[in-house]
Amino acid sequence: MMKGSDSHADQPSAPSGDRILDQFFPEARAKLIDLAAILDRIDRYGGAEDYRLRAFHRAMEEVSRPGGADRARRVLECFSDPTTKPADKPVTPVATGAWAGERKR
Amino acid sequence: MRYIEPHGHMVSRTTDDYLAMVTAGCRAVCEPAFWAGFDRKSADGFYDYFCQLTDYEPKRAARFGLPHYSWLCLNPKESEDLELAEDVLALIPEFLERPNVLGIGEIGLNKNTRNEITVLERHVDLAASRGELILVHTPHLEDKLKGTRLILDVLDADRRIDPGRVIIDHVEEHTAPLVLDRGYWAGITLYPESKCTPSRAVDMLEMYGRERMWLNCACDWGVSDPLAVPKTALEMRRRGLSEDAIEGVLFHNPARFLQQCARFAIP
Repeated sequence: MMKGSDSHADQPSAPSGDRILDQFFPEARAKLIDLAAILDRIDRYGGAEDYRLRAFHRAMEEVSRPGGADRARRVLECFSDPTTKPADKPVTPVATGAWAGERKR
Repeated sequence: MRYIEPHGHMVSRTTDDYLAMVTAGCRAVCEPAFWAGFDRKSADGFYDYFCQLTDYEPKRAARFGLPHYSWLCLNPKESEDLELAEDVLALIPEFLERPNVLGIGEIGLNKNTRNEITVLERHVDLAASRGELILVHTPHLEDKLKGTRLILDVLDADRRIDPGRVIIDHVEEHTAPLVLDRGYWAGITLYPESKCTPSRAVDMLEMYGRERMWLNCACDWGVSDPLAVPKTALEMRRRGLSEDAIEGVLFHNPARFLQQCARFAIP
């Protein structure tokens, strides 16, 4: 992927990784705890097992995988329909957030 | 700070929103035709909607001193009915010469079906035959990656299409590079939960460059924020972008794309 030639050229004070951590750690911590609480809630109510949760767990593995600075892309791909041919009819009436898989066709 | 809101469904918003946008520095708003929240039963419903987009809504915006532009199409969510699609496509040409019309949009795909692709191709043909700009909607969530690839294939297959006159909207980290690498413009939509946050939008500007990107709120009848674009300027400042650079993305970039339409006047 090309990188814009003007990406950082006129940034007066480009922030450091430490500054980014300072800014976003509280938000990331809160979101992570919320995520854990959602999974706990599902378990407390008897648990669930479907394509959305499986995609979710694959995505969490990608979050934990170090390097590349492309975790967001990899997480999005975990939820995405990987097929390439157009569907004859809509597979699901609305998008659910995760690909339901070939078995739903 | 000046900005242009290049994608807002203002027929779904209140006059308070117009006031807030103008107060925040909005100099023009552009409204693509979209799904009403329910499927319309006939082409007559679209005729009335196109009148609203090209006549009534510009007058409502003008009360706040805000230039209002629109894009016209049958949205992909209603493209499964090919007979209705043909009826609506036949209506569009008579509206294209109206003074606030920017081109054909937001066309694209929803569930990536064959019928949706057929209707997308018909819209692309209409735009190409008349030299109109194109605004493309990419599908939601799990359907976005596949849909974006299919849309790019349709556009690339029509040799009359200049990628510099097409903006592909609602890109995210997995689709922005696909769009930009083929020469198209890319729109980042700041929309709760289903699309992109201000922080991620600025990440994408850093990763993929700012030359052919615009930011929009796509505010509509759902939970959405008509001030999402100016609010993102705060995050841009935190990342060290200068005021000139911020205005470059939020005002000059959409102006540069939109002024390819002779009916658009830089505000």
